[in-house]
Amino acid sequence: MIIAVASGKGGTGKTTIATSLALSLALNASPPLLFLDCDVEAPNAHIFLSPDLTEKQSVDILIPSVLESKCTLCARCSEVCQFNAIAVLGKKVVVFPQLCHGCGSCMLVCPEHAIEEYAHNIGVIERGLTAEGILFARGVLNEGEPMPVPIIRKLKKWIPPQDNQISIIDTSPGASCPVVAAVQDADFLILVTEPTPFGLHDLCAAVQISREMQIPAGVVINRENGDSLELEGYCHHEDLPVLMRVPYEREIAEGIARGQPLITIKSDYQNQFISLFNQIVAALQLKNE
Amino acid sequence: MKVALTVAEPSLDARIDPRFGRGAFLLFIDTDDDQWEAYPNESIKSPSGAGVKTAQFVMDHKVGAVISGDFGPNALRALQSAHVPLYLFGKCVTGREAVEKFKAGRLRQVHFPDEGN
Repeated sequence: MIIAVASGKGGTGKTTIATSLALSLALNASPPLLFLDCDVEAPNAHIFLSPDLTEKQSVDILIPSVLESKCTLCARCSEVCQFNAIAVLGKKVVVFPQLCHGCGSCMLVCPEHAIEEYAHNIGVIERGLTAEGILFARGVLNEGEPMPVPIIRKLKKWIPPQDNQISIIDTSPGASCPVVAAVQDADFLILVTEPTPFGLHDLCAAVQISREMQIPAGVVINRENGDSLELEGYCHHEDLPVLMRVPYEREIAEGIARGQPLITIKSDYQNQFISLFNQIVAALQLKNE
Repeated sequence: MKVALTVAEPSLDARIDPRFGRGAFLLFIDTDDDQWEAYPNESIKSPSGAGVKTAQFVMDHKVGAVISGDFGPNALRALQSAHVPLYLFGKCVTGREAVEKFKAGRLRQVHFPDEGN
């Protein structure tokens, strides 16, 4: 079963929820629980899970390089490029590596075979075990690189989930390509939100993703402060179950700031996370009946 | 000389559009006889690389200079490869005003980072 954790708004507590859910389920998990940190622009789940990262692979995309001696400036390459990453300017073909998605179309359409490709490193994927036996993997996008999706795709291919394995996927904030790539193939989406106007606004965008991709979803309200009326109303109206609530407490904030998982700060949360998981199992059973 | 500028409406008297890559219209004017023509900027629909696409469109019209309010990094690299001089609107309000100032040599030229200016 693949459970993805998303939010829309950043800083609502995706990683807090994802890591403590993983720790709460890890001891009884067989095969071992899989945790993927797909927030490759700012991966931070390792801070809470402390894996021993023993394996590493480079992630490259293929960027075109034009052989000027063969090029006739016919501009087919720039016409086919959806991302405007290659342009004929005067008597020169210019490639913009930061816009290139590495699709290879320009090379395919070049009638003169004047385009070659070279590997451009955009980041790494890493994996290893945690003390609790969680199989942990993450992607890291190089600073200054604009495209996280190839890293997320390679990370997910590197460790395909096994039957009966619980996989937990931590995603990036927002509601664009990297979130879609991360939640693709998930069975359930946990949407972590907070009772603020931004939290609700961005939750709506995340809910649209779940609807569009037909992934059942439930909400975790973090930093609950007694001001959740509008948020609760929205969840009720949209038929989104509120799976768990975490109050706005200084003790929790201080613990997270020290890099402690929520269930270490407050051990009684373990039962709540197990209950959260059971609600997901029940929701999925209901859906399959 | 043919000069390109970004304008908000397809007219020489329209307000300038300060964006290069996503400027609403591209106006091409021949500074010898003031004949001009304007085109909607198709690049504004591009999810990425609007500056590159606009640069290519402008260069396909074989211009001798480009005037706009700002040039993004990709547009700058594209136009630099084509060796076309770039100028900034400064405080000009309309396209006509910008063209007059350009003819009078009173627009500030953009210098590329590696030119040492």
